Amino acid sequence: MLLSVHDLDVHYGAIQALSGVSLEVEAGQIVTLIGGNGAGKTTTLRAISGMIRPTRGRVMFDGREITSTPAHALVSRGLCHVPEGRGIFANLSVSENLDLGAYCRHDRLGIAEDRERALELFPRLRERLKQNAGTLSGGEQQMLAIGRALLSRPRLLLLDEPSLGLAPQLVQLIFTIIREINGTGTTVLLVEQNAHMALAVAHRAYVLQTGRVVKSGPARQLLEDPDVKKAYLGG
Amino acid sequence: MADFLQTLLNAVTIGSLLALVALGYTMVYGILKLINFAHSDVVVLGAWTSVTLAVVLLPRLGVGLEAGSIPPVWAGVLVLVLAMMICGGVGFLIERLAYKPIRKAPRLNALITAIGVSLLLQNVGQLQYTIIDNQSLETSGLMQERGTDARTIRLAQAIELEEGTQYAIRLYRIADIVRATEAIGHPEAEAWKRYVTERSALPSLGTLSDTRLRLSPRTIVPEVSGRFEAGSDIGIAQPIGRSETRDAVFELYAISPHPPLKLPFGAMPQRIPELLPQKTLVQHDFTTEIAQADGSVVRIEKPLRITLLDIVIVGTAVILMLLLELLVYRTKVGRAMRALSYNMETAQLMGIPVNRIVSLTFVIGAMLAAAAGFLYALKYTQIQQPAHTTWVLLGLKAFVAAVVGGIGNLRGAVVGGFLIAFIEQFGAYLGQQAGWQNSSAYTDVFAFVLLIIVLLVRPAGLFGSAVREKV
Ligand SMILES: Nc1ncnc2c1ncn2[C@@H]1O[C@H](COP(=O)(O)OP(=O)(O)O)[C@@H](O)[C@H]1O
Ligand SMILES: [Mg+2]
Repeated sequence: MLLSVHDLDVHYGAIQALSGVSLEVEAGQIVTLIGGNGAGKTTTLRAISGMIRPTRGRVMFDGREITSTPAHALVSRGLCHVPEGRGIFANLSVSENLDLGAYCRHDRLGIAEDRERALELFPRLRERLKQNAGTLSGGEQQMLAIGRALLSRPRLLLLDEPSLGLAPQLVQLIFTIIREINGTGTTVLLVEQNAHMALAVAHRAYVLQTGRVVKSGPARQLLEDPDVKKAYLGG
Repeated sequence: MADFLQTLLNAVTIGSLLALVALGYTMVYGILKLINFAHSDVVVLGAWTSVTLAVVLLPRLGVGLEAGSIPPVWAGVLVLVLAMMICGGVGFLIERLAYKPIRKAPRLNALITAIGVSLLLQNVGQLQYTIIDNQSLETSGLMQERGTDARTIRLAQAIELEEGTQYAIRLYRIADIVRATEAIGHPEAEAWKRYVTERSALPSLGTLSDTRLRLSPRTIVPEVSGRFEAGSDIGIAQPIGRSETRDAVFELYAISPHPPLKLPFGAMPQRIPELLPQKTLVQHDFTTEIAQADGSVVRIEKPLRITLLDIVIVGTAVILMLLLELLVYRTKVGRAMRALSYNMETAQLMGIPVNRIVSLTFVIGAMLAAAAGFLYALKYTQIQQPAHTTWVLLGLKAFVAAVVGGIGNLRGAVVGGFLIAFIEQFGAYLGQQAGWQNSSAYTDVFAFVLLIIVLLVRPAGLFGSAVREKV
């Protein structure tokens, strides 16, 4: 397992956001975490990437415990988190945003290569390299966020609702790209409210409800699951 | 014309100082959204550290600071660099010890902490530090003449030189003492003068330790130990010439095993030794002709002087600002700082070590403050105690500059600094032209009126909203 989360509890003050969440992500797969608004999906990703400290439980990445490792130290280990809302630095240019993705790397040639690859994946970014990132449209910002994450050459990519607020064709494009990225060997943990699309691209899925994992299994199987259909797939 | 150009020159010099200080306020605000009230106290620390280094360190490196002598260029640069490093360290500690523990607390807490740190620095800065000097441990004796040969000194008093303790003898030319005491109007000046002419009782040797005199006595080392009666000769390590001992006073001190350290920080104003030659680089005399009522014409000659000091102040400030610009806009660390100022959480997700970058921001801000303090000390020579109004006003105006420019915006801080300086200098100048009495008394008013106007018209400052840059 590339990532395994054991029995995680997270509290915000007195509010318990996660109770006993366990999940596993096998190397090379796309695993999705679906659930309604406020179910705890974002909280799970934040606990994994070290942005918040869980009150109980353990997170193992690549065989090593990372439960109390600060977020910035995980990037160089190959864990990259694209946050909800994309986390674009609107005061920097598109080009500078991309460069920040490679902040922890020192291999100039490798960085240049990955940068080229990211720009091939998202040609629209190339046209806007000098532009202020704040002037990008929502879809372009999402492309930038993903492209920037790729520059850290992640082994595990955490994506928090990449399709949120995007026009349907763009949603389609983003999911195609997620699949493409996975095709080149990057493992993906994908958080989505768009359960249809997420289950269609993922290998495995977990369903989160009020801070608990209520269902898990192969994505295809959950796509057929009557409860899931009813709750998340609109009948 | 001369007045106008001189005002312009003053505005540029004062503007450079204000801009340097304003940058520190704005950098910290950009990153932490914290108004670091202790920043102006770091400027004071920079000025006092410069004075201390100049008075304590330079003579020990063999740099003569007696009146009239100009130390080499490296001495000034050394003082500047060391003051910047020391203040950078203090900036680091301020952040680590005071602000970091409450970074996630409500902003009011941070504000109160900032005021607390400021008060702490002001008050610690007023303490009189006398971790005194090795040489003043004990005055054991006084000698007034050379002995029978160049390697002995005849004692005027009986003394005891203990075995195992190192001693030093300082040799002061009385002529130097007289000149130096007279130059600064020292209370003992008369007594020394009388001593020369009348050979009256020797004035108190306490005079000699007054750093303002900038006496740099020759030090010689006695080679013997044991008890010596008055009138006996004791051997010394280095030979001394007859001319050196004619009309000289000797002091004998025990040297402590600790390295010398006397910090002239404190509640009393201090004067920084001259680190720069008082050179006028450009002088141009302007003649104004004023027609009198009776038809005659009076010619007034007024010079415009650009001094080396002006050039050094503006030059140093500009160099530092360009370096900062390069750091922030052209390096990886600078990119990280700008990212951090926009969103600290996401910056962490890029692998940016947030704490380290925040520390660095404080260190750089404090270094710029130190440089401003150093330049301020060169310009105004008389350094006031740390809580003095001049410092409070300097800090306040720099803060106003940062706000006027749009706090959080680097270029805004620089523009704000120059703007404030121009407004206050030209306000006073125009006031004078218009025949106001004592118009320079209003300089501070102009600065704050500008603040009020800018806050009314553009609450976010000149660069506050137009550019979303926020370091
Ligand atoms: N910073 C916070 N402070 C307090 N409660 C929070 C905070 N962030 C999230 N929560 C609560 O934690 C629960 C899970 O939120 P979240 O993980 O954002 O859900 P999701 O991403 O699935 O929509 C919600 O009930 C939410 O209100
Ligand atoms: Mg969420």
